[in-house]
Amino acid sequence: MKIIEVLGPGCANCQRVEANAREAVAMAGIAAEIRHVTDPREIVAHGILSTPGLIIDGTIRSYGRIPSAGDIAMWLVE
Amino acid sequence: MTTLAVRRRHLPFWPLSAVAGVAWVAAWFVNLPAANWLAYDLLRLEPGTHLGDAVAFFLYDVPKVLLLLLGIVTVVTFLRSYFPPERMRAALAGRGTVPATLAAAGFGIVTPFCSCSAVPLFIGFVEAGIPMGVTFAFLISSPMVNEVALVLLWGLFGPGIALLYMAAGLAVAIVGGLVLGRLGAERWVEPWVLEVRAGGGATSLDLRLSVEQRLRDAWAYTRELVGKVLPYVLVGIGVGAFIHGYVPTDLVAQIGGRDNPLAVPLVVAIAIPLYSNAAGTIPIVEALLGKGMPLGTTLAFMMAIVAISLPEFLILRRVIRARLIALFAVVVVVGILAVGFLFNALNL
Repeated sequence: MKIIEVLGPGCANCQRVEANAREAVAMAGIAAEIRHVTDPREIVAHGILSTPGLIIDGTIRSYGRIPSAGDIAMWLVE
Repeated sequence: MTTLAVRRRHLPFWPLSAVAGVAWVAAWFVNLPAANWLAYDLLRLEPGTHLGDAVAFFLYDVPKVLLLLLGIVTVVTFLRSYFPPERMRAALAGRGTVPATLAAAGFGIVTPFCSCSAVPLFIGFVEAGIPMGVTFAFLISSPMVNEVALVLLWGLFGPGIALLYMAAGLAVAIVGGLVLGRLGAERWVEPWVLEVRAGGGATSLDLRLSVEQRLRDAWAYTRELVGKVLPYVLVGIGVGAFIHGYVPTDLVAQIGGRDNPLAVPLVVAIAIPLYSNAAGTIPIVEALLGKGMPLGTTLAFMMAIVAISLPEFLILRRVIRARLIALFAVVVVVGILAVGFLFNALNL
């Protein structure tokens, strides 16, 4: 079970990352839980200032950009 | 390291980029003759008439502004991806107030920033012990010396006006940041923000992206931006075309002119609610400049459009008191008025 965290205050870009993450989970065909982290203190605690950020199982995979579903799927199966 | 059913479908990236580049250059050079041919030959409008000039202006300006937006915003966004806010924070932390303020204003030009990230950025700066005035210098400079505005200025009016605009924007950001810092802006920060303790800030955030990935991101961003601003650009060019064809030069020069001391405050007041429509406003500015609007008034108009953002003020309200937001707005407006009056007085 992978834990996917989408970091961002809930703007359009963050929602797009979340949607891509869902698509990626379906592509990779694995079990994963997607969480949305909106508390700015928690976002900053990861060292991220530019949202949206994406963390998979505790590893920061991207920030300040919108990774494609394909990219996220690659990280999920890595 | 990838054995999988997950495959990325990619068009051949570099050949496609090369074709796009060549097409861009070709379109740029074909634009003027094509617009004139459409307006004067195909539509049989008379050159020199109100209608003919307005239509030709519109047909020429729409592709021109679109090409500028598509081409240069892609390049600028690509370059900006190398200067993320995380890197800026590392560069600013631990520096003296004045050098950090200067640097923060400079980072405003190159660091990509969306106002939805304003709160994490603000907290992250507080966490790193960066003085408040430095943060404000960045918050003023980043939208004002904004890449879209700068690029369109360069493309439409040449490097002279673009660089003047940039210098003026940086000056407002630096002076504004120093003034807000001097006023003790820390007093009006919400207490919970000051309690944030350093967390994983030391984590290396250097996720190396390939050049191709950065270019793809830049292109995706540009497409979205252009899609968003396109209606405003069309309306702006329509209004610009009308001004170009129909509004007498005397009228513009009289209202916006150097002799009218109210011109600068007036355009700033008009500009404040126009936020985020920089791309749509530049064609209007283009037409006004052509009709004799002095440079100071024009620059003040543009700056007020991009720098005063009510949505961003609302977002910042989560971390700072309304009092500080009001002060921030006043400092920026005073700075913009000063730029307007100064450039008008210098008679540039």
